[in-house]
Formats: sequence, structure tokens, C-alpha cells
Amino acid sequence: MRDVYFDYGATTPLRDEVVEAMLPYLREQFGNPLSLHRYGDAPRQAVEDSREKVAQLIGARNNEIYFTASGSEANNMAVKGIALMNQKKGKHLVVSAIEHLSVINAAQTMEKLGFEVTRVPVDKQGMVDPKDVEKAMRDDTTLVSIMHASSEIGTIQPLAEIAKVVKGRSRAYFHTDAVATVGNIPVDVRELGVDLLSLAGNQFYGPKGTGALYIKRATRILPLIDGGIQEAGRRAGTENVPGLVGLGVAAELAAADMEARADQVVPLRDRLIERLSSEIDHVYLTGHPSIRLPGHVSVVVEFIEGEAMLLLLNMQGVAASSGSTCTSRALKASHVLMAIGIEPGLANGSLLLTLGRGNTVEDVDYLMGVFPPIVDRLRQMSPLYKGD
Amino acid sequence: MPTYSEKVMDHFTNPRNVGEIEDADGVGSEGNPVCGDMMTFNIKVEDGRLSDVKFKTYGCGAAIACSSMVSEMAIGKTLEEAKQITNADVAKELEGLPKNKLHCSNLGADALHKAIEDYESGLEEG
Repeated sequence: MRDVYFDYGATTPLRDEVVEAMLPYLREQFGNPLSLHRYGDAPRQAVEDSREKVAQLIGARNNEIYFTASGSEANNMAVKGIALMNQKKGKHLVVSAIEHLSVINAAQTMEKLGFEVTRVPVDKQGMVDPKDVEKAMRDDTTLVSIMHASSEIGTIQPLAEIAKVVKGRSRAYFHTDAVATVGNIPVDVRELGVDLLSLAGNQFYGPKGTGALYIKRATRILPLIDGGIQEAGRRAGTENVPGLVGLGVAAELAAADMEARADQVVPLRDRLIERLSSEIDHVYLTGHPSIRLPGHVSVVVEFIEGEAMLLLLNMQGVAASSGSTCTSRALKASHVLMAIGIEPGLANGSLLLTLGRGNTVEDVDYLMGVFPPIVDRLRQMSPLYKGD
Repeated sequence: MPTYSEKVMDHFTNPRNVGEIEDADGVGSEGNPVCGDMMTFNIKVEDGRLSDVKFKTYGCGAAIACSSMVSEMAIGKTLEEAKQITNADVAKELEGLPKNKLHCSNLGADALHKAIEDYESGLEEG
């Protein structure tokens, strides 16, 4: 049996350098960055050093980076913060149909508060058409939020083109949830033309519980978390110093070896996609075949269900994920698979494999050794499979 | 993995009575792939007892375990006894199911009852 982790999309292991950098701030450097006495000095400096590293990763200025505890928090801060700050100018928001639940549900909450939300559809490969964004916008639109890439189906959006359309149409702010892309593919906020951007440390070998919202200079938001003066008064709370130190180091390392990591993982992804489609029948790739995240493989397997696949894979040492209804704690079918037109029965056969820097070709080949028998076994049990 | 009991995992990894019966006396289905679980039961009846029960299931670990457990509980029972099998009985025999999986036990018992109904309505038609 082989221990194979194919769930980098859920979270990534910490790099050794990240752990080493965090340790002093878990032990002797325990001070509060806001303290005037000497215990605050090193923690304060460490947080600002991390801010600079994260800014550099995305081409931003230091004072445009606001630390949060997660990507979801950054998304909420952007959607609610912009909507509420600008409500006198308008109460209309535009999001895509495949946003992460933290954007979808934040927008839904705004609807309950009297805002209107238009959801832009995507094509069968999950791609947003900039023209559809333009059509969705109104004179009273204050925010457009379109994710950079989907963690469920891997498709990468044409953000720069969408930004042009948004800026050309009105003075609405443009936010992107870049949690799946920052640290893994090049992201430059100037090139993309966004006003706000969310990222999360645990997506690029940094700690859980860390994230950031990029807010372009001169963009005002209504803070979610009021209180003290941390994060220039936009996000109160004593800083998670060890976490942010880890985030900074992870950001620095991610920038340095991003290209090498893509070179390592893209061939593995493509090999896995090719082998899955050719060696098992009735398996279909979801998302765009080539304009997709470097390590992302998402398929639907006909006639069988996702959780059952994950259980049997787990018993064989393979860690993976799924968008099936049963694997969702909320017992809801994936809104992303629905949005790309996968019919619900097929969507329940979703299997999501996300590869990262620890994977090798042996992992791919091992999966292709254990997975076809799992599929056969479950199909033999299925009333939907009329065997060949 | 969801907190499945050992019994559930056993019935999931070693399901009993998987299959179909060619000249089945009754067939019953519940659920559909849209909600994520579907079970089909085939039964054979001799002298008022279930002499054979086979099932096929599309669904998660709990769904497969429930159908397997239902089939095991039903074989050899009289039709009346089999009709009395409830989802609570199934969950109990499996030593508990996570809350959000209890509906799977409903499906299993219902599909079996449908197969029995199918058999009984066949008798009426003669």
C-alpha cells in the first residue's frame, strides 16, 4: 500500500522553513505587536516583514495588504465591506454562478439586507464570458466578484478582460477570490486590474488560519471586525503573529519556486487526466481541459457515488475529495457542477484530485492501479450500471 | 471519513447479497441518483417467507451498508415480519449511523417493502 495525498486543494503541508520561522513566535517571541515595550518589537517587525512578502507575491504595495484569518473571511470582508460602504451609490452586486460558498452566501446575506444580486452563468467548461458580466451590470452595480480559478473544477477565468469590461461599464469595484491561484500561478494585481483580491496561506504551503485581502489604495470598505487599530483600523484583533510569519515565508518561497513547481506538477496532472479518461470508461473531465489550475483533476464517474469512492480509496491509502451530495456536510449537491450543466445524478459521481509539490509519477500510477478495481466493484453493485 | 461504526464499515466493504434475481417474485426501488442514493431489491418468496433477497445500490457508504443490512435482516423472515422491519431497526443493527445518514436506513426498509408490495400485487392480479 502507498500513502498518497491528492487533496492539496483542501490544504497543503507546511514547508520546513515555514515551521522553523514560526517557532520563535510560538515560544519566546510571544509579545503583542501593539505593545510599546520591547516584547512588542520583534513581533511587530515580523508582521510587517510578512506584509511585504505577501505584497510582493501579488505585485501590491505593503499598505494594500490586510491580514485575515482565512480566504473566506477575506471574501466576506470584500463583498460586505464594499456593498455596505457604497450603498448610497447603489445596491446591486454581480457574482458568478460558480463562486466559493463564502462569496455566494455573503451575497445571499446582502440580499436579505435589501441588496440585489445577479449571478453570471458560465459555459460548460466553467468559463465566464466577459460579455455576460457586462450584460449583468447596471448603473447601480457597486461590486463585481468573479473568482480567479475554481477550486472545484479548476477553470481559470480571463480576469484581465473581465476587469476591462467592469471598469469600462461603470465605477463598480472588481473583487476576485484568488484563493486557489495565489502562490500557485503568477498573480499580479496591476496586470489583472482588480480592486480587491482574496488569498489564503494554507493553499501554498503556509499555515491554516491565515489569509489576506488586497485592497487597492483609496478604496474604502466598511470593516467587518470593528475594534482596535490593527490593519489600519479595517480588521481589528490581536494579530496571529506566528501564523502571519509562516504566511510571509510561504509567500516568499512560493514566489521563488512557482515555475519549478508548475513544471513538476502539470505533467502529473495531464498524465492522470489522460489515464483516467482512457483506462476507465464513462469518466468525464469537468472544467476547462487546458486553462486550468496546474495540479487540478476533477472528473465525474458515471453509475457510482463519490463518498463510496473516497472511502474505498482511503482504505487503499489515497486521500481525495468529491463534490457529491453525500460528501457535503450540508447534504447539498455542488452548485458548481450544477452551473456547468452536469446533471445531478452524474454530479454525485464527482471525484476531485488535487496534486502538489509532494506528488510523483509513482503516485499517479499507484492510483491508476487501485482505482479501476474500485470503480468496477462499485459498478457491479449499482442498479444504474448495465455492465459491459 | 464520516464517523461510521465498525459494523457499517464491515457491511460497506463486505456487502452481503449483492446482485439480482432473474426470476424474481418481487422488485422494489427507492431513491434516485439525483438525491445521491438509489436501492433496488429483488426478492424470492417460498411458503410465505423470503427465501432469497438481493440488492443493488448506488450511493454512499451508509447507503450500501443499509441495503446490505436490510437484506441480511430480511432473508428467512415471513412477509409480515419483513414488513415490520423499520429504519430504526436497521440503524440499531448497524450500531448507529451519523445523523445526516439516517435517511439511508429509510430508503433500505422502504425499497424492501416495495418489493414485497410488488410481489403481493402480482398475487392479486393472479
